Amino acid sequence: MTRTRTYPDESVGSFPSPPSTFEDRDGRAIEVRVPERFDGDALEDVVEMYVEFDPTDRAQGIPPTGRERIETWLEAIADYSVNVVASHGTDAIGHAMLVPDVDDPSSLEDAADAEWELAIFVLQEYQRAGIGTALLEYLLGHASDVGIRRVWLTVERWNQPAIALYERVGFETTGAESFEQEMAIKLE
Amino acid sequence: MNVLVGLGGSDESDKTLRRTIERTQEVGDELTVAVLEKPETKRSQDEMYDVAARLLENERIDAEIVRLEGDPGSALVNYAEQGEYDQLVIGGGTLSPMGKIQLGPITEFVLLNAPTTVKLVR
Repeated sequence: MTRTRTYPDESVGSFPSPPSTFEDRDGRAIEVRVPERFDGDALEDVVEMYVEFDPTDRAQGIPPTGRERIETWLEAIADYSVNVVASHGTDAIGHAMLVPDVDDPSSLEDAADAEWELAIFVLQEYQRAGIGTALLEYLLGHASDVGIRRVWLTVERWNQPAIALYERVGFETTGAESFEQEMAIKLE
Repeated sequence: MNVLVGLGGSDESDKTLRRTIERTQEVGDELTVAVLEKPETKRSQDEMYDVAARLLENERIDAEIVRLEGDPGSALVNYAEQGEYDQLVIGGGTLSPMGKIQLGPITEFVLLNAPTTVKLVR
């Protein structure tokens, strides 16, 4: 069921656009790009990343565990999602995505008409190096480029590091009435 | 076992009731169905009551159906506390477009306040 969420009054802008390469806090060269199409090898690289992902960092059931369930999950959202991938060398090590909250994504004509749900994951050994913040900023920059205006997410209420990350880039808490805290941002 | 199932009025409720009925048939539990007063759901309380009654009749389950008025979480927990129930069954959350499991405020209230075992149906 599609419902309308509350968004901050002020919109946020000037996020950087991918592609880009930057150095993380551990001196690793991290490349951020938008896959041309999110299928084939591009999808497979991200599946590989989630196979390596430590399940103790799962949130609200995602990512699922096991290659097959990971593929099913990503394939189900691949066609209509917006994806940004961070790589170190040839390996995907971070993935951020937006999925439109509409009953029939194939009939969505204007990205601005939908509210987009955000999720971001960074492989454990690449965490706490500034990659999450960068990846999030590039995703929002790309989202802005393709006409997305409203982005929301839910985060477990006790996950302070994640909440702090979202607040840093401009998300505001819009609902906190159960285990998941809802946050939203309006893009320029 | 004496089981109380609480239904809000969403698609999640239909699944919860169907699964609970299946389980009741398998193990011969005693079942009570509580239809909650929950605004902003797909079905009104009366419609949900009728759906539940029809389903129980079709499956030939002899279960009591009650309407609980007021705040759904506290009404359900209160009712469970007054009766001799071994287990309280509710829906196990919805999935976001991304596939994230989302538990609502009623679920949280029931989990934190129910004196019985609580089962979440996925």
